[in-house]
Amino acid sequence: MPPQTMSAKTDATIGVNGTAKSTSNQAPPPMALPANLKSDLLNKLSLKSFKLKTKQQELLLRVSILFLVYVLAFITRLFSVLRYESMIHEFDPYFNYRTTLFLTEKGFYEFWNWFDYESWYPLGRIVGGTLYPGLMVTAALIYWGLRFLRFAVHIREVCVLTAPFFASNTTLVAYFFGKEIWDSSAGLVAAALIAICPGYISRSVAGSYDNEGVAIFALLLTFYLFVKAVNTGSLTWSLASAFGYFYMVSAWGGYVFIINLIPLYVLVLLITGRYSVRLYIAYNCMYVLGMLLAMQIRFVGFQHVQSGEHMAAMGVFFLMQVFYFLDWVKYLLSDKRLFETFLRITVTTTVGLAAVALGVGTASGYISPWTGRFYSLLDPTYAKDHIPIIASVSEHQPTAWSSFMFDFHILLFLFPAGLYFCFKRLTDATIFIVMYGLTSMYFAGVMVRLILVATPAVCLISAIAVSATVKNLAQLLRTKSKVTQGGSSKAASGSKASSKALLDQSQPFQRNGAIALLLGVFYLLSKYATHCTWVTSEAYSSPSIVLAARGAHGNKVIFDDYREAYFWLQQNTPTDAKVMSWWDYGYQITAMANRTVIVDNNTWNNTHIATVGRAMSSYEDEAYEIMRELDVGYVLVVFGGVTGYSSDDINKFLWMVRIGGGVFPVIKEPDYLVNGEYRVDKGAAPKMLNCLMYKLCYYRFGELMTEYGKPPGFDRARGVEIGNKDIKLEHLEEAFTTSNWIVRIYKVKPPNNRW
Amino acid sequence: ISFIPYLFKRFQNFLPFPGRIERFTFYLLDYNLCFDKQVVYMAVVGSFPFNSFLSGVLSCIGTAVLAVCLRIQVNKDNKEFKDVAPERAFADFILCNLVLHLVIMNFLG
Repeated sequence: MPPQTMSAKTDATIGVNGTAKSTSNQAPPPMALPANLKSDLLNKLSLKSFKLKTKQQELLLRVSILFLVYVLAFITRLFSVLRYESMIHEFDPYFNYRTTLFLTEKGFYEFWNWFDYESWYPLGRIVGGTLYPGLMVTAALIYWGLRFLRFAVHIREVCVLTAPFFASNTTLVAYFFGKEIWDSSAGLVAAALIAICPGYISRSVAGSYDNEGVAIFALLLTFYLFVKAVNTGSLTWSLASAFGYFYMVSAWGGYVFIINLIPLYVLVLLITGRYSVRLYIAYNCMYVLGMLLAMQIRFVGFQHVQSGEHMAAMGVFFLMQVFYFLDWVKYLLSDKRLFETFLRITVTTTVGLAAVALGVGTASGYISPWTGRFYSLLDPTYAKDHIPIIASVSEHQPTAWSSFMFDFHILLFLFPAGLYFCFKRLTDATIFIVMYGLTSMYFAGVMVRLILVATPAVCLISAIAVSATVKNLAQLLRTKSKVTQGGSSKAASGSKASSKALLDQSQPFQRNGAIALLLGVFYLLSKYATHCTWVTSEAYSSPSIVLAARGAHGNKVIFDDYREAYFWLQQNTPTDAKVMSWWDYGYQITAMANRTVIVDNNTWNNTHIATVGRAMSSYEDEAYEIMRELDVGYVLVVFGGVTGYSSDDINKFLWMVRIGGGVFPVIKEPDYLVNGEYRVDKGAAPKMLNCLMYKLCYYRFGELMTEYGKPPGFDRARGVEIGNKDIKLEHLEEAFTTSNWIVRIYKVKPPNNRW
Repeated sequence: ISFIPYLFKRFQNFLPFPGRIERFTFYLLDYNLCFDKQVVYMAVVGSFPFNSFLSGVLSCIGTAVLAVCLRIQVNKDNKEFKDVAPERAFADFILCNLVLHLVIMNFLG
């Protein structure tokens, strides 16, 4: 891929040719004349005309490639800003946006000690202690920096563009990481691959203001700094990696991956006999300082010494001390047999002590066991049976092969090729990237969401494969051309070229094969680029809050119903009104409508969510009692029957039943199904036809003609005519329905007067 | 079991290290003592302000570990660190200690 050295080599041979011509008295050989003309042309075209040396040419090429990759990573994520407008997407980013707004308005002290009474009514939420502040603080710092430079930006613009900015920074880190593992050309390929890889783009488009956008940058940075520390053994790099770890802990809950992967890596190095003092210095400094820094985040607290997920790091820390001690004893003792007995005794006592300590800690409950979220990664069937909330999130489902292909394309088969290259040249750094790649691929197979974590590893390993292959192929090409041009000056080229000439002349088709393979590689890479851009444009650039579809005449129709409903709420309800909806919409309601909600996306209180689920799935009278208890003023449901929008509340309804039934045994899932089938038409279960959710979604729907040629009340999302068309509401009244019937808001009526 | 006095004899042979390195051993022993005192105190009194206990304990461990790292880097017998000047190693040590103590002070609460 980097052809810059080709021109340099040509110049060298021409120079040699020139001197041979000037010193010898023979007539110039016939090959030199056309070579001279060719060299003049090349001189004009090549960078030699800038009077630059080879090293500087290379530097210029590298810097310009990196700059282009940086810009590419940024602009490929801007599809939705160009198509719709600069707004925050999805659900979680709205909470992050609201907290960032709070931070910039009230300052850091207020933010750190914020108790939010507008969500989880009547419980409230301690925001300062239950969030990862990294993303908000980063965006606020960028905002204050720009303001200081007198750019009058709105915080929303900064929030929208934070993720693409950090994606560009990730490409830079990937370049340095690739340079550390393999060489600078692999780094360049890695930067280019990760700039457009769909697995990463999916969570870092402009507008997706979520933790992962910043966290992947912090993850790769921490790994790079740690590998650099292991390679150099210097304290400054370990300190830097501890800071990288601190940034990662402040940004995302996935930091548990780092704190388990790095000890696992150290363990593998120790087992394969690669213990060295550099490793000792790097891991110790990073662990102690990293742990201390991480405990400054209130949400993490003392987990590093108390939680089972972090015990591996501590165990490896003590193991390192044992190894250092053993190393020192080996240095003192010169008798091998004595050392071996000593070794055996020490190892058995250490392992025994560690097992006893771990056992006592776990049994007494001091070391808490693995939390459900992370345990379900090790045992994927755990969540479905025990924790329906975790099982219900669509991102937590196991990954299908099509998702892998969709998100990785050619990287999927370049990954094993890269692994092969890594195993051929095993160093501390390549062992690390192999481990990162394998563990992250396992987790990516367990949960769709974690493809994001695997993306940097896959890109780096594939980059090694591409870079090594192209280098080998280009070398084949270069030796052939060098032989054809330097054939006239054998004396200067030396014996090496002549032996290569002999070798190459024995396989004359090798050059054509190399050219064909190179063309094949370029074709594959160009296909990858096309695929990535297509995926970004079609699949990952939709702000879920604004829906788009094609009208009957092929024109684009935009459904802005969500924002319409939230603004109606903001302008037409009392400021202390409480809104009940399913937890998906909680963040958006608090951020845009500025009203108190009962449950939101944080999902920290399962019983509260189950209460809402129970209310939605009960008959209207029981639901009314629950709503009166919770002081609910308005109920919001999402309904896709008119537009054919398929992620509406009726499709999510079974999860409400399951979650509600998980806490209140009154709600039984089979009551809502007919022969195990979920139906909303005439043959549906009677409880289904009369529950609150059904009534609220289909109120007055029976009179509506949705499609030409179909009876009134035809649900376009389910494709059936609904069963119960004559719905009467007793305790609620319809307050607002958006123009496409997507969001429907109902007001809870006060109890009737006694007479 | 008989190799323990043997070990002791060998250790005594190695104890006269060049001046600076010897001071490290005593520096580390001192920190060890400090750490033990803290643990005993916690066992007696109970670990209520857990963050204070942790910060005290970790400051002991942290400075001990950093001293060990410095010693490794300064020791002339270590082939891997031939081209690192001892001044650079010392500067790294100071920087890391600075960061460590800043964090400890924040964590003391």
